[in-house]
Amino acid sequence: MSGIMQKIQERLQSYRVPGYYKKYDYRWTMVIDLDKCNGCQACVVACYAENNLQTVGKDNCGIARNMSWIRIEKYYEGEYPDIKVKFIPIMCQHCDKAPCEIGCPVFATYHNQDGLNTQVYNRCVGTFTCATYCPYDVRRFNWFTYKRDKPLDQQYNPDVTVREMGVMEKGTFCIQRIRAAKDKAKDEKRPIKDGDVTPACVQACPTGAMTFGDLYDPNSRVAKLAKDPRRFYLLEEKNCGPNVIYLKRVMKDGSKA
Amino acid sequence: MDRKPEGLSYRGVNEDIINFMTKTGPKYYLVLGFFILCSVFLYLLPWIHQIYTGQGVTGLNVPVVWGVYLVNFVFWVGVAHAGTLISAMLYITETPWRRAIARSAETMTLLALIVVAFFVFIHMGRPWNFYWTFPYPNQRKIWTSFQSPIMYDVFAIGTYFTSSLVFLYFGMIPDFASLSQSTTGWRKSFYKAMSLGWRGTDRQWHLQAKASMFFASFIMPLVVSVHSIVSWDFALSIVPGYAQTVFAPYFVTGALLSGFAAVILALTVLRWTFPMMKKYILIHHYDRIGLFILVLALTWSYLTGMEIITGYFANTSDEIQHITYKILTYPYSWLFAFMIFCNTILPLVLISGKVRRSEKLMFFLCIFIIIGMWLERYLIIPNSESRKFLPYMWHSYTPTWVEMSITVGALMVFISLFMIIIKIFPVISIFEIKEDVGVPMKKEGH
Repeated sequence: MSGIMQKIQERLQSYRVPGYYKKYDYRWTMVIDLDKCNGCQACVVACYAENNLQTVGKDNCGIARNMSWIRIEKYYEGEYPDIKVKFIPIMCQHCDKAPCEIGCPVFATYHNQDGLNTQVYNRCVGTFTCATYCPYDVRRFNWFTYKRDKPLDQQYNPDVTVREMGVMEKGTFCIQRIRAAKDKAKDEKRPIKDGDVTPACVQACPTGAMTFGDLYDPNSRVAKLAKDPRRFYLLEEKNCGPNVIYLKRVMKDGSKA
Repeated sequence: MDRKPEGLSYRGVNEDIINFMTKTGPKYYLVLGFFILCSVFLYLLPWIHQIYTGQGVTGLNVPVVWGVYLVNFVFWVGVAHAGTLISAMLYITETPWRRAIARSAETMTLLALIVVAFFVFIHMGRPWNFYWTFPYPNQRKIWTSFQSPIMYDVFAIGTYFTSSLVFLYFGMIPDFASLSQSTTGWRKSFYKAMSLGWRGTDRQWHLQAKASMFFASFIMPLVVSVHSIVSWDFALSIVPGYAQTVFAPYFVTGALLSGFAAVILALTVLRWTFPMMKKYILIHHYDRIGLFILVLALTWSYLTGMEIITGYFANTSDEIQHITYKILTYPYSWLFAFMIFCNTILPLVLISGKVRRSEKLMFFLCIFIIIGMWLERYLIIPNSESRKFLPYMWHSYTPTWVEMSITVGALMVFISLFMIIIKIFPVISIFEIKEDVGVPMKKEGH
């Protein structure tokens, strides 16, 4: 009897540990060095350009309905003039055990074979459940039909869908670039090398605070940075298994430098 | 104490109900026209505006994406619940006072569920794709996600609506037969078709009672399960204020409390509008429902305390922040205090039998309970999302005119539907009232 119970326990455990994702080809991970981040918002602009994010106009932006998939959160410490500003860029964390996925009634959001948390715009019916369940508040909704003025509509990235009114969207780790890198690697009959894929935000970061790669590859820059003692996950206690690693030096007295 | 309708005869009951249904004055049509007009302007046109323009006309914004529409959704499911409890649970326990009011309460259930279904569509970003939430075989081979609580909402409400409809219809068959004999014109042929060849044989009565008992037993668990599933929409998330294990019983109790209050409101309006109803809907009913409300209000108060205390015991910063926001921050502190006043303190007066037997006092008390229960859902749904984990994204929610207008409009739709339905279908169960009246006998000196 105890043998069966142990087997069941092992089976359940196997679903809980990240090793569950070994059936996937890659484990895309981003490492963000907060000690290097200066909050310049270049990643935000790059994301707008790459992923066809719509600009919502003055009024809607004023009530924080901007569509940015990545945002720089600013936290202030102390009183003026002794004020310190802390930055943290937050995008979709592509959680291993994503809360948004259990919410969607129509499978519009699911895990693909790369371990990425993807959003199928055509399938979305807009129940808002994913945005409610998301602990990071990174999902963005198309509240209206947004259009670009001519000739700015010529700027659309042909590799990325232009979303219509009423669907939810969120950061994709630039899945179109991963797709292109995979195609190229397939043509050359090799797996993807470290550095083949660079999302727009990583590419735009002037201080090199962001790194992107495959955590399964032990020689990738990401895998090396992930061993850094400064590492932490955002809201790790929520147990969602996020795939974005933050690095931040913490002083001996507990304060963050 | 008049526990049974008195001074009635078999013939009198038939005539009363038929007169109630067929003799409609111009005033009734005027009022009905007014409510339909209100429904169009307050409900239909704003909704069309919202579909055409986009969900942006609401006050929703990330992270508060579940607003007044979801509040109304939960609220109207709650209103639906008491009807089922009265008609099914009291049917099984053979409670005699249910007979006169069960039909009207069950009709309310059905109509409230229609309002509920439309709130789901109103709330969706792309309502024209609503059928994707049903598991139907399709060319694309996409199935629905069976791990989603929203999915089970669709099933729960679908089951609830279908079984309530069938239960209501089975109970009406003998009434249709007796109506078809005493009406003329389209009503005669309509009722005749609806009575399915009912002739009142022993076997038919036997089968009817059997079927009613079957459906009553089938629906009874739904009283508990439907609102539990609705509560899991929230309880399955990890949002502070939503992730509460107490939610299922809490929502069921709240649903029944608001449902009974709604039943009292409907019965009182019926009594005030049609003096004939006073013969059937008795003060005794107020007394019984008043006791129900008292018990439910006390249970609800206990569970409200539990909800807050368990959050407080968790002692995580986000739970504490949520509780502080919900209870201690203006204006929600006032709303919370008002909710406690409406649902805990006011119902305590029901301990006195005099209050329970006064229809005016009960009417006003129930208005307060309805408002209090609506506030309860409002305090839970948007307010929990206002204070999620990352302080940078904290956001307060205010409904816009579109949301408020649709909220009021839904009530108008409900009233219009109710006014139409009670003129077509017998709102008081004729054959069950006759059971109360007793077998007619020639009164000779004995």
